[in-house]
Amino acid sequence: MTTQTLSAERRVRRITFSHRLNRWDVKVSPYLYISPFFILFGLTGLFPLVYTAYVSMFDWHIIGGQGDFVGLGNFEWVLGQERFWQALGNTFSIFLLSAVPQVILAMIIAAVLDQNLRAKTFWRMGVLVPYVVAPVAVSLIFSNMFADQHGLINNTLTSIGLSPVGWHSETIPSHLAIATMVNFRWTGYNALILLAGMQAIPRDYYEAAMIDGAGRVRQFFSITIPSLRPTLIFVIITSTIGGLQIFDEPRMYDTYGEGGASSQWLTITMYIYIRAFGQSGGGQFGHAAAAAWILFLIIVVVGLINLLITRALVSSTSASKRSKS
Amino acid sequence: MSTSRRTTAAAVAGIAAFAMIATGCASTPAGDDKEITLTVATFNNFGYTDELFAEYEDANPGIKIVHNKAATSNDARTNYFTKLGAGSGLADIEAVEIDWFAELLQFSDKLYDLSSDEVDGRWLDWKSEAATDADGRLIAYGTDIGPEAICYRADLFEAAGLPSDRDEVAELLTGDWDHYYSVGEKFTANSDAAWFDGAGAIMQGVLNQEEETLESRDGEVIATTNPVVKDAYDSVLAASEGLSAGLQQWTKDWEAGFASGAFATTLCPSWFLGNIEGMSPDVTTWDIANVFPNGGGNWGGSYLTVPDQGDHKEEAKALAAWLTDPEQQLKAFVKTGNFPSQVDLQTADELLAVTRPFFNDAPSGEIFADRAVAVTVAPYKGTKYFPVMNELQNALVRADVTKNMSPAESWDQFVKDVAALG
Repeated sequence: MTTQTLSAERRVRRITFSHRLNRWDVKVSPYLYISPFFILFGLTGLFPLVYTAYVSMFDWHIIGGQGDFVGLGNFEWVLGQERFWQALGNTFSIFLLSAVPQVILAMIIAAVLDQNLRAKTFWRMGVLVPYVVAPVAVSLIFSNMFADQHGLINNTLTSIGLSPVGWHSETIPSHLAIATMVNFRWTGYNALILLAGMQAIPRDYYEAAMIDGAGRVRQFFSITIPSLRPTLIFVIITSTIGGLQIFDEPRMYDTYGEGGASSQWLTITMYIYIRAFGQSGGGQFGHAAAAAWILFLIIVVVGLINLLITRALVSSTSASKRSKS
Repeated sequence: MSTSRRTTAAAVAGIAAFAMIATGCASTPAGDDKEITLTVATFNNFGYTDELFAEYEDANPGIKIVHNKAATSNDARTNYFTKLGAGSGLADIEAVEIDWFAELLQFSDKLYDLSSDEVDGRWLDWKSEAATDADGRLIAYGTDIGPEAICYRADLFEAAGLPSDRDEVAELLTGDWDHYYSVGEKFTANSDAAWFDGAGAIMQGVLNQEEETLESRDGEVIATTNPVVKDAYDSVLAASEGLSAGLQQWTKDWEAGFASGAFATTLCPSWFLGNIEGMSPDVTTWDIANVFPNGGGNWGGSYLTVPDQGDHKEEAKALAAWLTDPEQQLKAFVKTGNFPSQVDLQTADELLAVTRPFFNDAPSGEIFADRAVAVTVAPYKGTKYFPVMNELQNALVRADVTKNMSPAESWDQFVKDVAALG
């Protein structure tokens, strides 16, 4: 190989060993330095994804292992299950009930924190406290508060003369209760990210707007929101992914962790878990893998829709601002 | 190729270093080979105390025991099947509950053969027969059984004008299920409290008295067509309308109900005594009546198994044999009320002398020894029993607890759900 390269050498200058090493260093080293991420991603992200697709094509029992090839049979089976569609509906319902108020609330909190407050750090850290609490602990506390007969919330409701709500027995109240836990945990986190975005907006904009006579509200809608576009997209995409994969809170919402007797709060990830490991006729990895892939595709589609809507919304605001000014 | 050797070496070193980070530097010190650590995994409360394990460690130098406890039998089951499939990660000794034992039995080739002359005839026949696989290997050692009595609130009985002494209550309730319901009607006529906690528990009590319920002996799921199940479903829900507190087992509301006096009676397998004490520590009026509707009944009970994947199977087998020895099992009964499955203990004086202070010094040894004798039927629980029972319980919850379906609608849903189990 060395002789070949030498004979094919067009330039006069001889490439020495150290030159070669240098070239290697320049070309290969950067990739070597960033490789840990990609190796890790390959092992923990890409491989499971591909392997799940492989498993989803087989009849695959948790203990019996790989069985016959069934092609798309598992997907057909999952899509034919009433419970799967119920779980899908529940997931979207909980997602909407949590993500929408969460982003709006986070926005308001961030805007308030962005003002000149006393003891800034205290307030900012305070917002993050719920995020530090373990989700399982949050669920335990909230499911106690939301207990149907002896819960704090229903006791309060009855004591002021209202009728108690079936937090566990009815569908929408159970979604509300779970969304409350999610919001409790994530609103502060999102608020801090939005706050970081707001702090990066040049203050000149606000000064100029103030001189032009724009009020606080007008400034918020015409400067803050359009400038926050990248941050907002990030927050919305991450809370979409998180919202559609919601598991801890509904799983811990009652002792059984199966989404209620009529699957009132069964979510897709819980459905996958129960198909694979749980007790209701569990142990079919093929079905679980198929459901997992369907969820993956749904998240991709919803993520794209979100991206388009957010772009359209935010850029139209900035466009209208530009046309007006 | 000599040119690139250094680079290769650097790359290899880098990858090796990275691999060490990735595996969390999980190099275990080889150390002293003589010290063996045995892990024991149980759930709920088996009554195996640290002192008990310390006793074994002292008698067997070189053995160290680590005890892991799962909160519920469901958690333990999920863990067991996941790791049995993975082929590693299980404890040296794993506890199994009777309801999902059959499911495990079909993978008996992954379990260690525990037969030995030493333990021959140690257990009640039906207990050890259930733990013997098709090839005649004994794959599990019995720990406890769950003979059922009735636990009741003496204060609520008294307030409703019923006798409250435990012998009188036993006499009052002697009879079949309909008799139990009719006494309940008398009770609820004079009290704000309900008669029993929920339809789910009663259903367990009724079905555990039948030979074939959810599955036939040849392994077919017959839950939706078996008249025994449908009749039980209809009669339990009909009775629940006036008598049930509408609480689902193991939920927060249900736990609170034990303390608040939401209901007057509950079906009471021996292992349940410890749970009642834990859920209503301030109540002084819980008592046990030596009676059970329609004769006797067994609910639950467990086994110890030694998975074949372990490194120290012989040592684990010896420890399991020691733990299920009558002497140790008696200690467990005193501790938690888990009634032993060992023949020698059924009539042992030490066992009969045991009383429970929390239940007003009820002679629990005597009562549950009687209740164990009254058990005549060993219900057949096959591989699908656990998931089907789960759906049946869900059906009862929909009609009795959340009340978002009528019993008939909920039954139709149950039929669909069982079909979907596939």
